[in-house]
Amino acid sequence: MRIDRHPILTFERGREIEFEFDGRRLRGCEGETIAAALHAAGVRVLRESIRLGRPRGFFCAIGRCSSCLMTVNGVPNVMTCITPLEEGMRVETQRTKGTVPDGGHPGGDAPADADGVPIVAWGEAPGESLGDVPLAVVGGGPAGLSAAIAAGRLGVRSVVIDENQTAGGQLIKQTHMFFGSREHHARVRGVDIGPKLLSELEELPVELMLGTTALGLYNDLTLSLLVEGRHRRLSPETIIVATGASENMLAFENSDLPGVYGAGAVQTLMNVHGVVPGDRVLMVGAGNIGLIVSYQLLQAGVEVAAVIEGMPEVGGYHVHAAKIRRAGVPILTSHTIVRAEGETTVTGAKVVEVDESWRPVDGTERRLDVDTICLAVGLTPNVELAFQAGTREAHVRELGGRVAVHGPDLETSIPGLYIAGDASGIEEASTAMLEGRLAGLAAAKRLGAGDPAKIDALVSEAAAGLAALRAGPFGRQPRYGKERMFALKNREGTDESQA
Amino acid sequence: MSHRRDGILDEKNLRAVRPSDERLKQGPVVMVECVERIPCNPCVAACSKGAISIEGDLNDSPAVDHALCDGCGICISACPGLAIFVVDMSREGEDATVMLPYEFRPLPDKGETVTTLDRAGEVIGEAKVLRVLDAKALDRTPIVSLEVPKSQAMDVRHFVRRETP
Ligand SMILES: Cc1cc2nc3c(=O)[nH]c(=O)nc-3n(C[C@H](O)[C@H](O)[C@H](O)COP(=O)(O)OP(=O)(O)OC[C@H]3O[C@@H](n4cnc5c(N)ncnc54)[C@H](O)[C@@H]3O)c2cc1C
Ligand code: SF4
Ligand code: SF4
Ligand code: FES
Repeated sequence: MRIDRHPILTFERGREIEFEFDGRRLRGCEGETIAAALHAAGVRVLRESIRLGRPRGFFCAIGRCSSCLMTVNGVPNVMTCITPLEEGMRVETQRTKGTVPDGGHPGGDAPADADGVPIVAWGEAPGESLGDVPLAVVGGGPAGLSAAIAAGRLGVRSVVIDENQTAGGQLIKQTHMFFGSREHHARVRGVDIGPKLLSELEELPVELMLGTTALGLYNDLTLSLLVEGRHRRLSPETIIVATGASENMLAFENSDLPGVYGAGAVQTLMNVHGVVPGDRVLMVGAGNIGLIVSYQLLQAGVEVAAVIEGMPEVGGYHVHAAKIRRAGVPILTSHTIVRAEGETTVTGAKVVEVDESWRPVDGTERRLDVDTICLAVGLTPNVELAFQAGTREAHVRELGGRVAVHGPDLETSIPGLYIAGDASGIEEASTAMLEGRLAGLAAAKRLGAGDPAKIDALVSEAAAGLAALRAGPFGRQPRYGKERMFALKNREGTDESQA
Repeated sequence: MSHRRDGILDEKNLRAVRPSDERLKQGPVVMVECVERIPCNPCVAACSKGAISIEGDLNDSPAVDHALCDGCGICISACPGLAIFVVDMSREGEDATVMLPYEFRPLPDKGETVTTLDRAGEVIGEAKVLRVLDAKALDRTPIVSLEVPKSQAMDVRHFVRRETP
């Protein structure tokens, strides 16, 4: 189940250590996540659902969905997909809701009630203040890093907050060469772009706060952070929310079975931890992500039984489809999944052909022999932080759902609060980098850093780059979405009273 | 537009990217199988002979001047779409050479016989591996040269190894 030979990646694994799973002794690698170690050992069922007792495996692998909660060293509800494995850990399948043990609440130094839950006044961020900083960037993906670089070059001091131990966001899983032109890092593999951005940061007044989750954002721009299990507060003058996106789920019979994974989770398992998700995979969705992850599965030595797509046409680029087609992977357009089969984990999938109105065509149902079903059915922007602060919201289908209303400078309805990258509308890393740059420039301008004329020139350059990337047919959707969004921002104007 | 339905280029698209018979007879030449408007252009910068150009905006599909191409194959590894191939139909005898990108491990050995596949992943026949280029500059997109019958050179676009050691 571990990948030992990969065409693009080499895996630097920690030393082999022993841990306990439901009383069994298993071996894993130090530092990998508990869920990855279990998967490598063939364990796919991590917990049971509370009411129906149905088996659950992981789904998102990035600490978002709670599908992987287990009891670790007696502490329940541990997100095993993001918790590193340690020697001698006691890992147990969780069957109940669990109770928080004494001292387990991350309330920090705030006054607590009898149960140890911190008492805080409504609207006040708990925890000790980390002091002031002109700019805080939440999210260390391509958008966030580019924002900090752009502002940092103008002398703006900033912190970049990311819940992962490695900065780079989605980039750390992308083994393929990126599109675009040279200024967008085209031809460079995604995995190599993160380190490039980080090396640009080195010279600049930017502090990276990794392993730190932004839990809340108050409307006076105070951030509530979880740093090493403790609440902390940060009150920057400007904030850029670059939190990326979450994967969409698809409802079908048994879609909660272990073995039904998000495409991002499959990538994390395979390209970050070097563990294959299974032996034979059904990919659901033929957009670029479905096509690219299928190719990455082939590179990891996993068989892809088929890629199915409900629409009559492939959604992603033809060149991505061609790569897997010539390797023998069928692409079944106008097909959808009816049900996942299996008792405790996936052992097969029923798929069916659909007509133009997505109605199943009689007699076309068939079974595919797979042990993994990978969902690549779209992303939804992570907007919670911006919404908590009270930004104006709008539903823009072309951008992936509800997003914070923002203008071309990425400022939301709250002055000094910006949103960039997938969090502001689902697009690409290349566009995320340019949006991040624009947000960084706008924040710098607001903070009075640098020469305004020079900033304007940089803004025009980045805006022209964005326009070029969005000019083609595949950019039509985000282009329309952004135009609608800017019109909304314009119409309603900036409401200073919200600040 | 059948390639949008099944991922395989149809006759009409292939005709548009195929070098003329005349040109094919003269020596190795590129086939850029990239027909959509996507925001991408590394192929242009990769060719020092100026054989590939993207006119208007970044999204235009590459236009190839086959007369300027000498079939060197440098552009193959530069293409994120892995859509560039070089064919040599000018060799004496029955066989042609196809150069293709191959991002799988283990790499085949020179002289090894592999099973060839077409754009749909169907088995076409077999080929001898003439050369495997895996220089650092290719950045993990090695180029494999296959010896295939001339009649199959326009169709062989991938291969699998017979046994995986
Ligand atoms: C399979 C696949 C292939 C792709 N291929 C390409 C391609 O070829 N070319 C291209 O340009 N793009 C590609 N993309 C898209 C690209 O990866 C994304 O659009 C891009 O990463 C978005 O950047 P971002 O910075 O907005 O978000 P992300 O990269 O998602 O980064 C967001 C970061 O914020 C962190 N975060 C979120 N919430 C919090 C919080 N509350 N506290 C702390 N940290 C938080 C996350 O952990 C993450 O690290 C691909 C995507 C996928 C999945
Ligand atoms: S094969 Fe060589 S000459 Fe021909 S287009 Fe590619 S790089 Fe240019
Ligand atoms: S580099 Fe490849 S995918 Fe990009 S435009 Fe050129 S041929 Fe097309
Ligand atoms: S939270 Fe761990 S898999 Fe989603």
